[in-house]
Amino acid sequence: MSINSSVSQDGDILTISVDGRFDASSLDEFRNCYESADTGKIKGYDVDLKNAEYLDSSALGMLLVLRDFAGGESAQITISNCSQEVKKIFAISSFEKLFTIQ
Amino acid sequence: MSRSESGSASESSVSILVAEDSISDRMILETMLRRGGHNVSSAEDGAQAVELFRETKPDLVFLDVMMPNMNGIEAAKKIKELSGDEFIPVVFLTSLADAKSLATCLESGGDDFLSKPFNPIVLEAKIKAFQRMREMNQTMIRQKNLIETNNKHLLQEQTVAKQVFDKIAHSGTLDLPIIRYYMSALAVFNGDVLLADISPMGSLFVILGDFTGHGLPAAIGSMPLASTFHGMVGKGFTLNDIIREINGKLHATLPVGLFCCASCIDINFSKRRMLIWSGGLPDGALYRKNDQSVTRIASKNLPLGVLPNREFNAEPLRFDLEEGDHLLLWSDGIQEARSAKGDMFGEDRLNAILDQECQACEVFENIISSVQNHIGEGEEDDDLSLVDIVFPDKETAEEMLAGASNSRGRLADWKMSLQLNASSLRNFDPMPLLVNITSEVPGLRQNSSILYTVLSELYNNAVEHGVLGLESSLKASAEGFAQYYRLRDERLESLSNQWVTIEFEHQMEDSGGLLIIRMLDSGEGFDATDTSVDSQKPTYFGRGLTLISQMCEKVNIIPPGNIVEAHFRWNFEG
Repeated sequence: MSINSSVSQDGDILTISVDGRFDASSLDEFRNCYESADTGKIKGYDVDLKNAEYLDSSALGMLLVLRDFAGGESAQITISNCSQEVKKIFAISSFEKLFTIQ
Repeated sequence: MSRSESGSASESSVSILVAEDSISDRMILETMLRRGGHNVSSAEDGAQAVELFRETKPDLVFLDVMMPNMNGIEAAKKIKELSGDEFIPVVFLTSLADAKSLATCLESGGDDFLSKPFNPIVLEAKIKAFQRMREMNQTMIRQKNLIETNNKHLLQEQTVAKQVFDKIAHSGTLDLPIIRYYMSALAVFNGDVLLADISPMGSLFVILGDFTGHGLPAAIGSMPLASTFHGMVGKGFTLNDIIREINGKLHATLPVGLFCCASCIDINFSKRRMLIWSGGLPDGALYRKNDQSVTRIASKNLPLGVLPNREFNAEPLRFDLEEGDHLLLWSDGIQEARSAKGDMFGEDRLNAILDQECQACEVFENIISSVQNHIGEGEEDDDLSLVDIVFPDKETAEEMLAGASNSRGRLADWKMSLQLNASSLRNFDPMPLLVNITSEVPGLRQNSSILYTVLSELYNNAVEHGVLGLESSLKASAEGFAQYYRLRDERLESLSNQWVTIEFEHQMEDSGGLLIIRMLDSGEGFDATDTSVDSQKPTYFGRGLTLISQMCEKVNIIPPGNIVEAHFRWNFEG
């Protein structure tokens, strides 16, 4: 598994892409992505799960840590390219209320 | 008859036969040739020359035209006959000057003539020129023989390969009473592949594929396709799983530009429905017996082998079927069949046949005969395939199912237990192994994503709370969240006698199966009271059990909390 991040051209959006499994084993990599970015400019985050095969509840925890890092209630976080199964997991945990899920 | 050889044979030394009845001319020529370093055999007349030729197999022959006992022209004919395919130049020695006589010399098989009196410089130049021609001729003969041998080998290899290919590509149950098909091969190998097999779930699976190109490169791709198809249908995997697996295999093995347009169907006789996935083949046609209507089934996907699996859509379309309904599928060889004038059969001609009012069972013959009429004397320039499947009455269906061998292995009812001790808990990640095992169960594979989440939750609970005694509440802050996982790693390092046991028990059911997962750990048990998820501020933890209980039919935590049992029930069709 690996995690990559990139900043959009205008510097507004930080995209974090997860490849393979998204769980506690990717915790440090995931944190590094947003902690090492230039937070002054970034207004929103996009977590791209297109290539994520599996995830578990520790990944949910990590997403919530990111949400608080990004301002909690005011955080702008999109979780994109979710498979049906992943959407189901987010639905069970009521994540639609906290994130924009696509 | 005398034969003499020069002492040293240099590189340009040529073995030469001289036939000349005039002693003086013969002596002069012999001397000149020996001085040039050549080996010379001499004959006094034509008959001797032929005999000596047989014995010495020279590289070059000088023949006087007028000789007793068979003249030069007769001798030349015999010598050429004896030479066979090999080029042994025959040069006439002549004092004749009239054009007609010279022409007769060459017509009788001579390659050149040399005028008397002999000039040593011209003589040597001619010998060299003929030597070059001989070498060229020898190279040509060698290459010709090589090509002939290679071609023979190639044909032998192809014949053997074709036997293997036919066994793989055309095995199965194409001879069922409800399938009619027509396939034409352009080469020894065919780029079109048609396979049928009956699954243990009582479904008939058929795949019609058309690889780009034809001949050997196209046929190679059908090997992995066929073995995957038969293997997975036999084990009872779903259409979705099979198509996905074939796509992944072809994507990984075929070079870019080589792919397979295909339609794959799963007809279930008892459920009276058909699932169809199509990618890249021309639209198929579904004839309804009841109202005589025709539904065209369009390809919605890219061909197999183009996209990596994560971008691949294996979702089939579903149609309800009734007795007497016909499904027709064909490869683009039908539309692209050319007449002798080069004019394509085309979509319009095909549509006209499909729109024609006739019994559904006649369409197959109509298409074949129209295409063949159209091609006429023209040559087929693509592989051409057509298949017609009719939905059977109950009796025929039962006969076919009874005839199919259902003895092929699949993981169905089974039980297993895996205990991970300290060092394994530290270093081994059991998730891929567990997902692999459960994926061997047809139908569970399509649930592997959900199942992964369930297994991961149960396992992590057992390790983190059970074995390592970590408190979820640590994860209340972002720092604590990270701290929790640091502690997890630290405590794993100092494990000694602890263990986690994972037990699976699986049973097949009519429409799916039940997987019972039991997770036991060496810990003292933990309080699994669920923390509220809907509070104002969402916490970073406490979601695991909620997830599991939503995804599983039943979750029991057996006091004191170190045994958790989850019932995961699944269905074949989602």
